[in-house]
Amino acid sequence: MDCCGGTTEHEDDCGEVKVKDSIDAKTVEAAKALESENYSAGFSTTIETDFAPKGLSEDTIRYISAAKNEPEWLLEWRLKAYERWLTMEEPSWAMVRYPKIDYQAYYYYAAPKAGAKYASIDDVPKEILETYEKLGIPLREAEVLLGVEGAVETAAEGREKPRVAVDAVFDSVSVATTFRKELQKAGVIFMSISEAVHEYPDLVKKYLGTVVPQSDNFFATLNSAVFSDGTFVYIPKGVRCPMELSTYFRMNAENTGQFERTLIIADEAAYVSYLEGCTAPMRDENQLHAAVVELVALEDAEIKYSTVQNWWPGDEDGKGGIFNFVTKRGDCRGDRSKISWTQVETGSAVTWKYPSCILRGDDSVGEFYSIAVTNGRQQADTGTKMIHLGKRTKSRIISKGISAGKSDNTYRGLVSVNRKAVNARNFTQCDSLLIGDKCGAHTIPYVENRCASAQLEHEATTTKLSEDQLFYARQRGIAEEDAVALLVNGFVRDVLQHLPMEFAVEAQSLLKVSLEGSVG
Amino acid sequence: MRPMLKITDLSATVGEDSEAKTILNGLSLDVPAGEVHAIMGPNGAGKSTLSYVLTGRSGYEVTGGSATLNGENVLDMDPETRAAKGMFLSFQYPVEIPGVPVMTFVRTAMNAQRKARGEDEISAPDFIKKSRDVAKTLNLDAEMLKRPVNVGFSGGEKKRLEIYQMMMLEPKFLILDETDSGLDIDALKTVADGVNAMRDPSRGMLVITHYQRLLDYIKPDKVHVLAKGRIIKTGEADLALRLEKEGYDGVLGEAA
Repeated sequence: MDCCGGTTEHEDDCGEVKVKDSIDAKTVEAAKALESENYSAGFSTTIETDFAPKGLSEDTIRYISAAKNEPEWLLEWRLKAYERWLTMEEPSWAMVRYPKIDYQAYYYYAAPKAGAKYASIDDVPKEILETYEKLGIPLREAEVLLGVEGAVETAAEGREKPRVAVDAVFDSVSVATTFRKELQKAGVIFMSISEAVHEYPDLVKKYLGTVVPQSDNFFATLNSAVFSDGTFVYIPKGVRCPMELSTYFRMNAENTGQFERTLIIADEAAYVSYLEGCTAPMRDENQLHAAVVELVALEDAEIKYSTVQNWWPGDEDGKGGIFNFVTKRGDCRGDRSKISWTQVETGSAVTWKYPSCILRGDDSVGEFYSIAVTNGRQQADTGTKMIHLGKRTKSRIISKGISAGKSDNTYRGLVSVNRKAVNARNFTQCDSLLIGDKCGAHTIPYVENRCASAQLEHEATTTKLSEDQLFYARQRGIAEEDAVALLVNGFVRDVLQHLPMEFAVEAQSLLKVSLEGSVG
Repeated sequence: MRPMLKITDLSATVGEDSEAKTILNGLSLDVPAGEVHAIMGPNGAGKSTLSYVLTGRSGYEVTGGSATLNGENVLDMDPETRAAKGMFLSFQYPVEIPGVPVMTFVRTAMNAQRKARGEDEISAPDFIKKSRDVAKTLNLDAEMLKRPVNVGFSGGEKKRLEIYQMMMLEPKFLILDETDSGLDIDALKTVADGVNAMRDPSRGMLVITHYQRLLDYIKPDKVHVLAKGRIIKTGEADLALRLEKEGYDGVLGEAA
């Protein structure tokens, strides 16, 4: 593809996709299979796109900042990160191998043309809305909402499933957020971070970079320099957010990186449950996804963060696919605060992420529930870090890794207990399931304990999906692929039950789909 | 009248290519509907192999002969299709299936078979009622049905669970592979009662066993002796008693 800075058009190669009727913000509904012919999210959309000049330089950053009309302080913040990034070296300690990334070969900003701001849903380019509709994202619902008094109540009547507010990010830009007005009534701020920078600068300034500092790691520094958009959430004191919040990311334009930045703050005694879903079209080239997610939970607050990830994993020969290098961290700042991460990772060619919790407040709780599936030639090095600083802090880690095909799946976890973290407790269980005999599973647990009264438990198992189990199920009448799904579901049951119910069902079908063809 | 299960000259090997070993060697057997046939024989004779070949387990290759169920060639079908046609194997060594509760497993199986036959799925209340009734007849604790399949079950419990599944799935042709091993007298009686309750003019059964004892409770219409990969002798129920007294050598010597 030969693009220079400016606008360009892409080929429209949309395949046949079923349009969903029910109101679901789930990306997983649309993904059919990892095999090329069936990856239904693999279409791209004809859209006129604005690109920043290719490559990364101070100019790129200024371009991005200008395109978003950012205040000076944020531009300075970005430039500071960029300067630091130039001095850093890409880390190489993870158990993943990937072709060297040429950072100058990417576009760091790609926004659908006609401006990043849409006064109403009607102003959003039709093609974008169609893309989201194909994938089952309820933007049409928002159309009813915007500008019509009482439309929310009418629209919600008679609906069986709970409503989910959605922020849709197309490439680098947030194109629409639903249920804004209703959330505002509850005092909940839910908008793209670009908007939040303008509308609530003090809040953003106060918390941005306080959980994942610019200096944290190579990819976080890069993200701090070029982050495009992301979600900003603030729940005021004592408020239980009235609905699930969700952001849906789609990377469409070729050769672009997606560097979203998400910041979620739950003030004292607040509660929010947030779901992140992701998908990307099939491409021959690799696409880089280096996001940063920061969560802050103050006293007695709780944040539940769930991810169902189905990025394009590359084809069966390992060509193409997303590089998913993400820094996610939660700060349990206040006493008795709680942050739990639940993830179902089935996509991306290379996954490198450790959603973590800093258990700062006394009696704070951190949880990590993960299902990571690798098939084909995918590689995953993922896990968590639980840092116990406060007294009587508790952490719980349940990791289920499933390897199939010729893939490699590594769990890497750190449980660190500070000298002052009296009576800290951790329970870790990491289980690996191998399907077939050409895949790998690895477990690398780190435990650093400096406190005599801490209690840490660790259990690990490795099992192989056995022919005997499969035959047993088939002899009872269950078809082979259903049998694999049944066995895998049994394996991941402990984790699935922590996903919000609606998403657990979708995750189950995504699991089944991602393991199609893994046996025999 | 055509027998329900008709096996003609069946030969099968186990193992790959050069290491392939012939286990079944021209085995022929007819089981009419409504009858219970016992198969006895020394270890390594091929009894379990027969049950695996009939139900379609991988790792075995049929090198000759045929096997039909109600006239249909089962050797061409995959295991789940054979199950939908009515074949059921009560395993000698039932495997554990961690994380999958018994009820979930059995319900999934029932509905898979019904779907394959074009029938309606079973409703939740009907399923629960049926499960309760069957569990009661087999003295199975309700709690056990909520646990993952066979995980932490004693040998006897596993065998009883096999019969539970059999009574829930209502198969047409039952193969019981050493169902009596690991059972005490009471459990044996309970299991036998369950099996006998399934007797029906439209059902056929193959009972594989080493010991005469089971056959006191599940009286067979015919007894076959399987040795060196084929049926070498067939008789009435009293043949089993003879085997108990004289051992296989005595009977084999005769057949040689």
